[in-house]
Amino acid sequence: MAQMNMIEAIRSALDIVMDKDPNVVVLGEDVGYFGGVFRCTDGLQRKYGEHRVIDAPIAEGGIIGAAIGMGINGLRPVAEIQFADYIYPGFDQVVSELARIRYRSCGEFFSPVTIRTPCGGGIRGGQTHSQSPEAIFAHVSGIKTVMPSNPYDAKGLLIASIESDDPVVFFEPKRIYNGPFDGDPEKPAVGWSSHPKGEVPEGHYTVPLGKAEVVREGSELTIVTYGTLVHVAVAASEATGVDAEVVDIRSISPLDIDTLADSVKKTGRCIVAHEATRFGGYGGELAARIQKECFWHLEAPIGRIAGWDTPYPHAFEWQYFPGKKRMMAGIRSMMEIE
Amino acid sequence: MANKKSRLHIPRPTARPGETPDFSYLELADAGSADKPSINARTRDIEYLSSGLVRILDDEHHAVGPWNPDLDPAKLQVALRWMLLNRQFDKRMWQIQRQGRISFYMEAAGEEAVSIGAAMALRSGDMCFPSYRNQGLYMYRGVKLVDMMCQCLSNTRDMCKGRQLPVMYHSKSGNVFSISGNLATQYPQAVGWAMASAIKGEDHIAASWIGDGSTAEADFHHALTFAAVYQAPAILNVVNNQWAISTFQGTAGGERRPFAARGLGVGIPGIRVDGNDLLAVYAVTLWAADRARRGGGPTLIENVTYRGGAHSTSDDPSKYRPKDEWAAFPLGDPIERLKQHLIVEGHWSEKKHEALEEELKAEVHAAWKEAQKYGTMTEGPFLDPSTMFDDVYAETPHHLQSQRRRMREVESGNGNGGTS
Repeated sequence: MAQMNMIEAIRSALDIVMDKDPNVVVLGEDVGYFGGVFRCTDGLQRKYGEHRVIDAPIAEGGIIGAAIGMGINGLRPVAEIQFADYIYPGFDQVVSELARIRYRSCGEFFSPVTIRTPCGGGIRGGQTHSQSPEAIFAHVSGIKTVMPSNPYDAKGLLIASIESDDPVVFFEPKRIYNGPFDGDPEKPAVGWSSHPKGEVPEGHYTVPLGKAEVVREGSELTIVTYGTLVHVAVAASEATGVDAEVVDIRSISPLDIDTLADSVKKTGRCIVAHEATRFGGYGGELAARIQKECFWHLEAPIGRIAGWDTPYPHAFEWQYFPGKKRMMAGIRSMMEIE
Repeated sequence: MANKKSRLHIPRPTARPGETPDFSYLELADAGSADKPSINARTRDIEYLSSGLVRILDDEHHAVGPWNPDLDPAKLQVALRWMLLNRQFDKRMWQIQRQGRISFYMEAAGEEAVSIGAAMALRSGDMCFPSYRNQGLYMYRGVKLVDMMCQCLSNTRDMCKGRQLPVMYHSKSGNVFSISGNLATQYPQAVGWAMASAIKGEDHIAASWIGDGSTAEADFHHALTFAAVYQAPAILNVVNNQWAISTFQGTAGGERRPFAARGLGVGIPGIRVDGNDLLAVYAVTLWAADRARRGGGPTLIENVTYRGGAHSTSDDPSKYRPKDEWAAFPLGDPIERLKQHLIVEGHWSEKKHEALEEELKAEVHAAWKEAQKYGTMTEGPFLDPSTMFDDVYAETPHHLQSQRRRMREVESGNGNGGTS
């Protein structure tokens, strides 16, 4: 075991799959010589060469389109989109092409592209560097959508994503690249060395896609969440003294409904939380599925905690971000329902 | 100039319905007049190819000039056969659609040389990323007519299992990619495929086709940029058939510079070729393929041709262009031109041509008879609709298995399928 932050864990995953499989290539803006603006690909070009770690022009549609073509030709491309906010020029290539090539050719062609992209706020990125567009991709059949909440899962899920023959959009919550964040911006930053999931095996392992994890056991309430808000939920639960069970879904699609349902049936109360905007968001899907499975066990309506339905404002980041205060208020109000 | 007001230029075609066709806008050149450079030529030294017009067959139907590939007459007869098969197949499928027996069709009338000429110049290991009017590529690369018909019928032998509109074929064994209904998406994919070929150290190249209209898509520009930056071994074809449904090529920006010149800004050589001259299409494709295979990078080829038919069976071109425009097109009909060439050279005759036409009609007819055995839109056998849940992912996930079960319950009347 080694101590790794999420950046190092992602880099380690890339290194391991590139070492194991010569068909794995990495492409994206600034990923090569420089090693990526968040350093996730640092050193990979020196190790694997310019033909396998490719600095791309600033054209996300071109990056994803070219990655698809590479995948059709037997490579296993890992495309980095520098910020999830920049993915939209490549949206058609993801939705109309990448997601459907296997389907429309009845399995004759497929392209096992993994798209890595940093998402989420909490870094003073303003509206063009803070978005969480995972629901838009979760809505598309034919791709898998993943968001880890810690270094151990990040590495295991990324290896599983790259090795999967299905295309995966792999969201990396950038606020927790360097350490867990409990949603209180006043507190000093902490590193991953303080967290058990900062212990990461150096070798190859996978965390299966489509499996949620109970990260905190509890009896009074279930908080279903993913990404940065996993840590916010744990902290808020402890701060309120409410014994909440926190479930990190990890795979947004496909969804491990069984783990969620088991937890909510046990606690009888549920909050669904994500950083993305609420309206038409993924929380609605979670709430609908959970109420369908757990209706007769529910003691209160399922609540949602999400980003406000506005663009991500630069100066009011902490009023926008569903942080510890909002999560605590949500937990308390959920427990008040008789 | 100072007193003039800014105003939009609205591109207008030279003739609308009821007007006399006018192709005066089309810059032509004499057959044989374009120099043929070495495949090692620098892009800046061969810019003339992007504004000229490579033609080999002259007005007397002789093959002339430095681009003449001196193809064996037997090979040209084969080319003629493929083009004619493409034409006969399209005619029959169009008719079949008009009879209501398939939902939709798109014909390649007038553009057959674009697919067949290129297919002949490429190697079987080269990958094709076609557009929807390149059915000739599938035929040439070995897809049986009956399989193409079954695709159009969405029947039990449909290669697409009922998932795709008619004409959206694919052929893994023939190295022809699956056609997308979203235009231009195949262009950057072709470049990525070509990049992978170079990364792997192979000498296969990729070729793609796009219409004049969809050159306006961002994907076109992404493909050009990536192809140029990495010198990907790719041939990027623009099929300028003058029309994108109802908008003429000027609406896509073809009025001021030829589409072949679109690559020059990023350093990709362009060749404007007579797309109705099979010999010329073959020759420029071979030149670009050799150049790409030997590390010379991509070439953009503009095939100047004419969309002889409607955009699709859902379209009515009499609403927006003169009915007799095709007959007035100065580059003629590719089949007629190759036929006349072979006749003039003493390798073909009207009689042989008629016999071939009859033979191909019979071949198409036989294929249609066979195709219907696998089911039609109205008569079985029918595809099992529960196959719609296959191939969404490599393995069918739990939620799709559950939806498949519910669909079966509803369809069979055994249970109500429930809600979710």
